[in-house]
Parts: sequence; C-alpha cells; structure tokens
Amino acid sequence: MEREIKLVQDTFVRKEDLPAFKAGDNVSVSYRIIEGGKERIQIFKGDVINVRGEGTDKMFTVRKVTNGTGVERVFPMHTPFIEKVVVNKIGKVRRAKLFYLRELTGKSARIKEKR
Amino acid sequence: MKAILGKKIGMTSVFTENGTKMPCTVLSIGPCVITQIKTEETDGYNAVQLGYGEKSEKNTPKPLKGHFKKAGVDPVAKLFEVRDFDFDKNVGDEITIDIFEEGEEISVVGNSKGKGFQGVVKRHGFSGVGMQTHGQHNRGRAPGSIGMASTPSKVLKGQRMAGRMGNDRVKVKGLKIIKLIAEENLMVVKGSVPGHKGSYIIVEGK
Repeated sequence: MEREIKLVQDTFVRKEDLPAFKAGDNVSVSYRIIEGGKERIQIFKGDVINVRGEGTDKMFTVRKVTNGTGVERVFPMHTPFIEKVVVNKIGKVRRAKLFYLRELTGKSARIKEKR
Repeated sequence: MKAILGKKIGMTSVFTENGTKMPCTVLSIGPCVITQIKTEETDGYNAVQLGYGEKSEKNTPKPLKGHFKKAGVDPVAKLFEVRDFDFDKNVGDEITIDIFEEGEEISVVGNSKGKGFQGVVKRHGFSGVGMQTHGQHNRGRAPGSIGMASTPSKVLKGQRMAGRMGNDRVKVKGLKIIKLIAEENLMVVKGSVPGHKGSYIIVEGK
C-alpha cells in the first residue's frame, strides 16, 4: 500500500476499544443491528478463523456451531457497528487461517487454549 | 475561480459515521508557485499561471529557463493557467492546499485512462447485432447498419464507429472533499477521479 493511502486510512481507523486478537481466539462481538427503526445489540460468540486485509479494509471471520450447523460471520474490523469485542480465550493454533475446522465436528473441532 | 494542480495517488475506502463504506480517492495537491500574472491590459484577459512539481535545471529548455528566471522561481514540471483567480497574490508566491476546506464541493479535471482501439459496444454503448442462438454467429458485437443506400450514397459525418478510446480530458463535477491533511498536502475526495495513478489533475473550486 502506498504510504499516503496508509496515512489517510490511519485517520479513519479506530484504535481504541479494540483488543488484539488473531485466528484461534474465542471472541464475543457486540454488533449493533437496526431493525424496523429500532436499534439493538446482538452478540456473536465464536472462534476467529480468519483475519485478513489491512487498514480500513481489515476483516475477520468468526465461526460458531449452533445445533450442529456451522455459522460463520465476516465483520469489517473498523466498522462503527461493532460496539465492542471481548476476547474470551486465547487459542493455541499453528495456522493463520483455520478453514480446516469446517470439515471437522465434535471433539476434533475444538481449539486448545493457550496457558 | 480557484484551482490548483496535483497528482492522483490512488483509491481506497473509508467508513462514514453511519456505518456505510465510502469509496474515495487520495490526491496529492500542490504546493504550486505563481510563475506569471496575466492582465487584461497586457494579455487581453485575466489569469494566473501556476507551476507544480520539480524539474532539474539540466532538463529545462532555455526559453523556459528564461521564463522561470523572470518570475524568480525554480524550474517546475508542469505549468497551467487559471482564469480570474480569486486570490490577490504576486509572482513567486506559493499556493497551497489551504485554499480549500473540508466538505467543499469541487471539480476535478484529468486525462482519462487510454483504452486503445475499441469497438462500438465498449466505446459507444451499442448493444451489438441480434441473438447468440438461432443460427446467428460472428455478429454479436458488430455495429449494424452505418447508413442508407443510394440516397445519400455516403456515410454521414459523425457516424459512431470503432476507434481510439480514452486519454481524453475529462472533468468530473460535484465531488466532495471529505478530508484534508495539510501537513502532507493530501486531499481525500469522495468518488473517483479521471486518470491513472500518478497522473496530473487539476482541482477546481467554485
């Protein structure tokens, strides 16, 4: 990325209230949702399986398994709709992208916690 | 009228306050130096000649060297003229990005990207001839008829055909400044701007 574009993006990137997390971590994302003129906060809890991009284009994917069905959501890191991100567990993984979790179920789909 | 010269750096996108992502272009603007002031008495019209960019003394032709020496400025890479310039400045003064404000509406002039020799579908938005099935072949992107028969037995002037596309002077009006970074001479504009990265562009104010 050009130095000037990075400089511009830095002025729009939110630095405060976003904890550092990476693939393998278990996070709770509080996301503001506007429904029928009303606003509420939805919490999406799951494992981070992908962090990509930089600057204002940075995105991350959170995966959770509900009733045996895998649900994934992609969030832009710097969108104003993210109220807060809480890191519940720090995972011990050996990859930056954990797409292999999609093929796994049950016990083998767990991520070891870093202690 | 106010205007200043700069370069296109590239595009990016940023979040607005209501959460939508907005495409924007980053421009490096000025500083420009006044190389000549034209008045109605001497030149027949009022204008200000601005210079932008750096150029080595060695690569400046002799006539231009004399022009710069008269103004008392270093050689510049690009010269352009602004009619009826709003500000009361003298030759040798610097014009910076400060003449613009955040939120202001501007026009940007640039040379569009060259597309080479293009057919009528891309160049003029023709829809091609006929269908893709029912025995049709070869004519999908053809222009179709280009005129009448023995009367007038010629193709009328201005008939739209294939040819060189792009690399034209294009002015985009109604762009909005969303951010100014004065220390770095950077301007962030909502939307796109004609030209490739690094091409010269003129930013005009109201």
